[in-house]
Amino acid sequence: MKDSHLVKYILGIADNALILGQRLGELCGHGPTLETDIALTNMSLDLLGQTRNYYQYVAKISGDDSTEDDIAFLRTERQYLNVLLVEQPNQHFGYVIARQFYFDVFHYLLLEKLQASTDENLAAIAKKSIKEVSYHQRFSSDWIKRLGDGTSESHNKIQTAINDLWAYTDELFEVTEDDSHIVNIGIGVDVSELKAEYYSKVSEVLKESTLEIPDNKYFKKGGKIGIHSEHMGYILADLQYMQRTYPKMKW
Amino acid sequence: MKKNWPLWEIFVRSKNGLEHRHFGSLHATDAEMALENARDVYTRRNEGVSIWVVESKYITASNPQENGELFEPAQDKIYRHPTFYELPDELKHM
Amino acid sequence: MSEAEIKNLEEIFESRIARDEKIEPKDWMPEKYRKTHIRQMSQHAHSEIIGMLPEGNWITRAPSLRRKVALLAKVQDEGGHGLYLYSACETLGISRDELFEQLHSGKAKYSSIFNYPTVTWADMGAIGWLVDGAAIINQVPLCNTSYGPYARAMVRVCKEESFHQRQGFEIMLKLCQGSPEQKEMAQDALNRWWWPSLMMLGPTDDKSVHTEQSMKWKLKRKTNDELRQQFIDQTVPQAEVLGITVPDPDLKWNEEKGQYDFGEIDWDEFWQVVKGHGPCNKERMTARVSAWEEGEWVRDAAMAYADKKDKKNVAKAS
Repeated sequence: MKDSHLVKYILGIADNALILGQRLGELCGHGPTLETDIALTNMSLDLLGQTRNYYQYVAKISGDDSTEDDIAFLRTERQYLNVLLVEQPNQHFGYVIARQFYFDVFHYLLLEKLQASTDENLAAIAKKSIKEVSYHQRFSSDWIKRLGDGTSESHNKIQTAINDLWAYTDELFEVTEDDSHIVNIGIGVDVSELKAEYYSKVSEVLKESTLEIPDNKYFKKGGKIGIHSEHMGYILADLQYMQRTYPKMKW
Repeated sequence: MKKNWPLWEIFVRSKNGLEHRHFGSLHATDAEMALENARDVYTRRNEGVSIWVVESKYITASNPQENGELFEPAQDKIYRHPTFYELPDELKHM
Repeated sequence: MSEAEIKNLEEIFESRIARDEKIEPKDWMPEKYRKTHIRQMSQHAHSEIIGMLPEGNWITRAPSLRRKVALLAKVQDEGGHGLYLYSACETLGISRDELFEQLHSGKAKYSSIFNYPTVTWADMGAIGWLVDGAAIINQVPLCNTSYGPYARAMVRVCKEESFHQRQGFEIMLKLCQGSPEQKEMAQDALNRWWWPSLMMLGPTDDKSVHTEQSMKWKLKRKTNDELRQQFIDQTVPQAEVLGITVPDPDLKWNEEKGQYDFGEIDWDEFWQVVKGHGPCNKERMTARVSAWEEGEWVRDAAMAYADKKDKKNVAKAS
């Protein structure tokens, strides 16, 4: 697989969907109610579907014989370009919702712009995905409100999760060197421009949920250039288990 | 605090032109959540274009023990059906 | 109501069922009918929910993206089916929370097959092919059972489940067409899941306590032994297509009877698992109970939020 700027740009988007889809997949069968369990799985399926669309496109432009599965399963940790936010563990439902909410608001803004990409394939994937993500955003925002303005226990729990994960939000707007090449030729979205709208949207929902907006100014980053948190290795150990144990087989 | 999520009845229109049909029930805390849950539970396979939700406690049902007085009187009113009327065979459509 | 009146109602009730009329929630029904239905439907629902766990175990490790989404969708369906069945149960005046309580306290049973561990990817194939195969044999006749809400739930379940067995068989087929290592994995899974799948269809007819009454109420259309024979007769040729061997040295075609003869089932193992001493009974129950307990604050929060919103709306309106 060629590591062209475009390939890396797409992986930066697609890997988010893969890793978050994987995290949500861990929850299947363990949700707080059956209805919520089914809803979380739907989001996981949406994200994995998007992942496949991006990877299939990457496989095509790579010009070698790599497949979506090679891209998903056979890279080293340093080659995955997802943000740190999506790899954070499920811990409890508050973290699941906070992580989802922080990501969904960003994801929606990104796709909104990506629909106008001069790359037709990316624009088409964005158009298809934005409907799913629009629902995700509604789902996670609703749950932020329920937990924030629910009981005092839920308020404290979601506030903690919101505070803890806040440190990972700034990375969403990081433009890597590879990204900037793609932005400059009109294919990519300059995510740094989404920042103001993102934080105002997030703040609006948090306020409505009676939650405090975290004031922590220390942010963490690294995922976008392949330097991940310690959680990532374990995610990949699961994700890649079959492909690594039984190389070059068909399933 | 121990309060269970109430039960809702779900009605889905599978395509425009058709009526909403009872699909089943589920639990939700309010109407909005009931709609979302219904979308996630009952339309996973593209089964719907519109959803109605009603909290089950608001449905009033007739009592089957009164079925005699409620429904049997309609059984012998056969003049309400077109087959009651005799028409000559030559008449092809009416 | 006097005893004679009840007896009369019961006779009318039984004759309605004999005429293939459906019974609906608000109809008069004998207490035993209600209880039996709550028991069977909730057992069925519990089996779906517990059944999510052994397969859920492999979602994060599925070997390809295609397999991952298909498995996720399948396990999710099981959650959906549990939900439909709990809902059908609730029409008989028992809440889902009460049913969960019965499951969590160990009072209610669920299908023993889910107490076996899923140790390789091939188990996803074997479960889909064998366990869902056996389940379908059990479930299809229930689409016509006497209790309306149960029959309707089963129609939906059977419709959705039609892809599950195919998915399992396809997983097995790919393994059997793959490397020797993969084929061995498939054979090993068949070896481990074959006998538990046969047990899944219930104790032999002479040991089965509920059969006669259940037949009358159309909760059952065939006896356990008949269902088992049907399962074996249809599954053995499928194993031949795969090119793997059913682990039963006594299995052979009986020309005269037009069906397979098969070996003795280890019923001691069956009862051991039913009584809670299978390989994973504890793990399954712990997973369910902790999901429920850890979810309590979430359920309470959503309820509290809805109540607050309600009060605000009332205040606004007045």
